[in-house]
Amino acid sequence: MSWVLDAQGLGKRYGRRWALRDCDLQIPSGHVVGLVGPNGAGKTTLMHLAVGLLTPSAGGIEVLGRPPAADPAQLSRVGFVAQDTPTYARLSVEDHLRFGAQMNPGWDDASARDRIAELDLDADQKAGSLSGGQRAQLALTVAVAKRPELLVLDEPVASLDPLARREFLQSLMEFVADGAVSVVLSSHVVADLERVCDYLVVLVDSRVQVAGEVDDLLATHRRLIGPRRDAGSLPAGQDVIEESHTDRQSTMLVRCDGPVLDPAWTVEELSLEDIVLAYMGNAATARRAHRKLEVFS
Amino acid sequence: MIAFSWRQFRTQGLIGAAGLVLLGLILLLTGPNLVHVYDTALAQCRASGGSASACNNPVISTDSKLQVLVLALVLIVPVLIGMFWGAPLVARELETGTFRLAWTQSVSRLRWLAVKLGLVGLASAAVAGLLSLMATWWFSPIDKVNANRFGAAAFGVHGFVPAAYALFAFALGATTGLLFRRTLPAMAVTLVGYIVARFVVAYSVRPHFMAPVTKAFTLNPNAGWGITDSGSGIQVSTDPPDLSNALIVSNTIVNKKGQTPSASFLHTACPGVPGVSGPPPSPVGGHTGAVPAPGGGQQAFQQCVNAVSARFHQVVTYQPASRFWTFQTYETLLFVLVSLALAGLCAWWVCHRLS
Repeated sequence: MSWVLDAQGLGKRYGRRWALRDCDLQIPSGHVVGLVGPNGAGKTTLMHLAVGLLTPSAGGIEVLGRPPAADPAQLSRVGFVAQDTPTYARLSVEDHLRFGAQMNPGWDDASARDRIAELDLDADQKAGSLSGGQRAQLALTVAVAKRPELLVLDEPVASLDPLARREFLQSLMEFVADGAVSVVLSSHVVADLERVCDYLVVLVDSRVQVAGEVDDLLATHRRLIGPRRDAGSLPAGQDVIEESHTDRQSTMLVRCDGPVLDPAWTVEELSLEDIVLAYMGNAATARRAHRKLEVFS
Repeated sequence: MIAFSWRQFRTQGLIGAAGLVLLGLILLLTGPNLVHVYDTALAQCRASGGSASACNNPVISTDSKLQVLVLALVLIVPVLIGMFWGAPLVARELETGTFRLAWTQSVSRLRWLAVKLGLVGLASAAVAGLLSLMATWWFSPIDKVNANRFGAAAFGVHGFVPAAYALFAFALGATTGLLFRRTLPAMAVTLVGYIVARFVVAYSVRPHFMAPVTKAFTLNPNAGWGITDSGSGIQVSTDPPDLSNALIVSNTIVNKKGQTPSASFLHTACPGVPGVSGPPPSPVGGHTGAVPAPGGGQQAFQQCVNAVSARFHQVVTYQPASRFWTFQTYETLLFVLVSLALAGLCAWWVCHRLS
């Protein structure tokens, strides 16, 4: 199995504060991967480590089988669109295309110019006067035209309005359909990811809560509703992610290997958002419990 | 990479070049007249027996406002380059986040930094150097009459050393911008740091580039003299002899044994001179400390100077005029080396501290 991203015990520390700690993550190639988690989970730090903007304080990370940004050849294999899609405000769209051409030996000028034309961008317009959506599209164009094997996007649509958001994701999907490229895309909005991703990683407090193909996640997670019973009484192969109880009734969100056979349960299918929120809530509960233990010990 | 760095720098670079061309034209148009004044007015004045200072006046007063402007430009352009070309060079990319765009292209960040520093650094040195050489050419008639281009202030607005100042100011701006990650504080620190560095070098380092020449002169009672009574005792001083275009390092009045005039000698030789206060330390008889008559202060002072001149001589250490270009080379090398060290710090910081 070849990984586009392989992190082992990865950590990044600023002074005494760990922005990312003990992160183990492996992402198989050929997917559009959604990296989702609450603010402060370490998504941005993880992505900066993956593209070589940061170096690890602990552990290691390999991207496409090599250390990130090890040399210009490795840099050319990874495209990156940073948060808030930075561009040179005083330079024109045309200047940005020349920038890409000069900075990348594998630059695909024809496709870049096609994209700019499709987007109806004026080549002479200064990037500083573009709308947020146009700027994001320009940043995506530059990242895509270098023909990377892996494209990393950090919250690319976070500051866009719903229409620009949809158009951006549409552009991204067209690019992915073009060739054998892997994409890692972070967001805290599951609905955005649901539209484009076929693989999902939930990151909370540097820890991977769940990672897998979206279809598998949807197929293996169910909500069970039935008469009140204890979570421990479930058969092997059914792991409770989230549970809530009233006096007479239990609701459990479980991950199950096979079909749920117990006729006492009403079984409901789940949306991706349900699953993500369950894992994020689960992690938050665990964190609170951990804090309580620390208080008592 | 070079083409893109030029694109980023283009507007600033063109403004600098346009300024140079404009000033160059002004100097080209006014320079010949200055030479003409020097050749004719000075020669006429000297032929008719005018004093040296009076004969210099026509040259010194020609285009006097332009003289001030040119000197001011040569003086401040290096630090302006440091503040407006150096400080934002990396800081702006860090402030706006574009470094994340630049550092994730297929170019190592070391090369990115080297091209930026190299291109804009060379432009900085070229602009300040050309400006200074133009000014030096234009000023040559004035320098001939002033005979003071080795002076602490004049040295830095002559020859090619301003190119190195500009390179240093640029490197200082780029480094502080990188360290602070903010343009504005980097500009302020560059301004202060540059002024401090120039002062320290001009007054504490430059005089020691080479061992100065030591020479004894007989004292000239008609030169400018001063007698002061500070807390540490009475001191007498006089202007250095007329060493054209030399850098005076020290200037002392000593006797054959190398001793400066003692307090008791001055009290005896200089009664009634303002500044030599109080009665002599060991009054003999009644009225030794004669009270000078009104208007007699001048006379008493001259007597004092004559007495000192008779018993003492003047020892001057100085850097002779012939060392001017050697010193320009040394100071240029000093500032270039410091600039290279700053560039090295930038490289290390970019590779190890911003990751």
